[in-house]
Amino acid sequence: MKKRKLSFSGFGQLTIPLIAIALLVIFNLIRDPGFFKIAISHNSNGNAVLSGNIITIINGASELAILAMGMTLVTAACGGQDISVGAAAAIAGSVFVKVLKGASQINIGTVILAFLCSCVVAMLFGSFNGTLVAVFKIQPMIATLILFTCGRSIAYWINGGATPTVSSPIITSIGGFIPGIPVPTPVIIVIVMAVLFRLLFRFSALGLFTQSVGINGSAARLNGINATFIKLLSFIILGICVSVSACIGVSRLGLINHETLLIDIEMDTILAVAIGGNSLGGGKFKLSGSIIGAYVIQMLTITLYAMKVSSTDVKAYKAIVIVLLVVIGSPVIKERFGKMIRHLTSSRKEGPAKGAQE
Amino acid sequence: MNKAFWKRKEPLNDTQLLMTITIVIFFVMYILAMILFGGGFLHVQQVFDMLNDNASLIIVTCGLTIVMIGGGIDISVGAVTSLVVMSCVLYLNKGGNIFVAVLLAVGIGLAFGLVHGFLVSYLEIQPFIVTLAGMFFARGMTTILSVNPQKVSHVAFNTFREKRIVIPWLGYTANNGNKIPARMELGVVIALACVILVWMLLKYVRLGRNFYAMGGNQQSALMLGINVKRTRFLSYILSGLLSGIAGFVFMMHTGAGNSTNAAGMEMNAIASAIIGGTLLTGGVGNVIGSFFGTMILTTIKKIVVASGLNDPWWQSITTGGMLCFFILLQSIVLGKRAKKRKT
Repeated sequence: MKKRKLSFSGFGQLTIPLIAIALLVIFNLIRDPGFFKIAISHNSNGNAVLSGNIITIINGASELAILAMGMTLVTAACGGQDISVGAAAAIAGSVFVKVLKGASQINIGTVILAFLCSCVVAMLFGSFNGTLVAVFKIQPMIATLILFTCGRSIAYWINGGATPTVSSPIITSIGGFIPGIPVPTPVIIVIVMAVLFRLLFRFSALGLFTQSVGINGSAARLNGINATFIKLLSFIILGICVSVSACIGVSRLGLINHETLLIDIEMDTILAVAIGGNSLGGGKFKLSGSIIGAYVIQMLTITLYAMKVSSTDVKAYKAIVIVLLVVIGSPVIKERFGKMIRHLTSSRKEGPAKGAQE
Repeated sequence: MNKAFWKRKEPLNDTQLLMTITIVIFFVMYILAMILFGGGFLHVQQVFDMLNDNASLIIVTCGLTIVMIGGGIDISVGAVTSLVVMSCVLYLNKGGNIFVAVLLAVGIGLAFGLVHGFLVSYLEIQPFIVTLAGMFFARGMTTILSVNPQKVSHVAFNTFREKRIVIPWLGYTANNGNKIPARMELGVVIALACVILVWMLLKYVRLGRNFYAMGGNQQSALMLGINVKRTRFLSYILSGLLSGIAGFVFMMHTGAGNSTNAAGMEMNAIASAIIGGTLLTGGVGNVIGSFFGTMILTTIKKIVVASGLNDPWWQSITTGGMLCFFILLQSIVLGKRAKKRKT
C-alpha cells in the first residue's frame, strides 16, 4: 500500500515543479518549435556567447534562484518568510556602488572589497531580522515588515538620493559575460552558490539542525540544538544571498536604482520556495525544489513575454498559472487523485472487490 | 500581590491588554504632538483629515483583522481595492448607475473572497500563496483594464462624492477671521460603521467567537464542534467583501482610477493591525485596536511632516522605527505575561 503511494509520487516534492517545467516546455514547443534554439552569437565586445530563449531564462532567474536558496533555509528554520529581501538588496547594492565610487579606480581588488562590504552590511541587516525572530520570538513576516517599510529609504540615504552609475569592464563581465566563456556569469555564480550550499550541508549538520528546529523548536532545544542560533544563522546566510544577488543586479545594469533594484522580488522568492514543494510552515526542505521553482517562475514570465503580453499585464496570467499549480499540488487534490489511481490499478489487478474494500 | 484586587476584577486578557496599550500610546502621541507642534493638531479638522485620507485603509484593516484573528493572512486586499476602483471608474464613465457601481464593487470583492476562501479552507493551500496569486491577478487585471489614469466624469457621482458632513461647532477660526466648519467625507461614516459592525460581529455573534477559537487552536475548535473549514471560508469572504467596500470608498475619496492606486496598502493594513495588537499567529486581536493602529500610523506621518522632515524617506524610516518599537513592546509584554502564568 505504502509502496504504491511512493511509486505514484515519483520524485516526492519535486513532482509539481518538474511537471510544471515539462508542461511549459511542451507548450512552448507546440507554440513555436524554434523557441529553445540555442545559437552562438557575438556580443558588442566580440566574444562568442551563447544566446537564445533558454539562456535568457536561465540567466534572468539567477538573482531569484540565489535568493530562493537562502529563503528556503529561513522558511525551514523559522516557519515564516523574510519579506524584506528586495529592500535589503537595495541597501546592499547601494553599499556596493558607494564603495566602488569611493575607490580611485576599479580593479578586481576593489570589486571584491565592495562585495565584502555589501556582504557585511546585508549580514548585519539579516542579523537584525534574525534577532527579532529568534530572540524576541516575533513572527518572521512581521519582523521583516520593519525593514520592508524603511529599507529602500535607507538605500536612498546611502547614496544621497542619486542613482550613480559604475562603468568598468569587470562590472560588465559580472553582469554579462567573462571574455572567453560563452556562459553568462550570473549562471556560473548560481552554480557556485548551489555547490557551496551542497558542501555546507555535506560537511556540517546544518541541514539536519535546520529541519529539526523547523519541525519542533523546543524538542530540538531539548536535544541540545541551539535553536536561537540556528534561526539567526539562517537569516545571516540569507543576508549573504541577498548581497550576491544585489551585486549581480547592479552589475547587469551598471547602476544602482534604489527604487527599482530587484523590486517585488520578495513575493517571487516566496513563490519559488512554495512551488518547489517546501512547506511554508517550516520543517523539511529541499534546496533543489526552490531552485527549480525559481526557473519555473522565470520561464513562465519569458513565455508570456514571448506571447506578446505586456510587462504590466503579465501578473494576471502568472496568477492563473500559480493557482493552477498550487491546486494540483494541494493535499486534498493529491489525496483524491491518489485514491483514484489506486482504485483504478487495484481494480485492474485484483478485481473490483479489493477496491471496494478500501 | 494584592489578591483581593485581582479577584474582584478579572485580569485583562492578551487582546484587551494589547489594545489598551495601543489606545494609550495613540492619545499620548497625539497630545505630545499638540503640545510640541500646536498649529493644525489643535483643530478637530486634523483628526477629520486623518479619517478622510484613511477611510479605505480602515475598512481594509477591519477585513484583514478578521482573517488574522482566524490565523490566516490576506495580502490581496490592496490590489482588490485598486481593481474595484478601476472597474467602477470605467463603469461609471460609460454612463452607469451609482447603485450598480456599488453592487459591482461588492461583487468583485466577494468574488475574490470566495475564491480565496475556497482554495484556502477546502483545498488546504497555504493562505499566503493563494492571496499572493490573488494580488498578482488583481494588479494585472487593473493594468489590463487601463494603464492610464482615469478620472470619473459621471455627474451624479461627482455631486455625491463632493457631499461633506459639515459640523460648524467643531470648526475653527482662520487667521483672516473666517469661520471654517469641520468637514467629514461620507466614506468616513461607512468606515466607522464597518468598524462598529465588525466589532459587534467579533464580540457578540457566534461566528465572531468562532474566529477567535479557530485562530487560538484549530484542533480544540474542531473538538468543540466548530465547522473550522466553513468558518475559515467565511473569514476570507468577509475580508474580500470589505476590500470591495474599501474600493468604493477609495474612489469616493480620489475620484479617479489609477493602476498604482492603493499601492502598498496591504502592508499598511498589516502594520496597522499589528500595531493594534492583532497577532499573526491568530486568536488575539481586536478591530478597535486596528482602527487606532491606522490612526497611529497616520499620526506619525503627520508629525514627521509637521517637524519639517519633508523628505519622503524620513516618513518610511520613522514608520519602520515605530513599527519596530511596537513589535518589540508587544513581544516583551506578552513574553512577561507568559512567564508569570507559568510560575
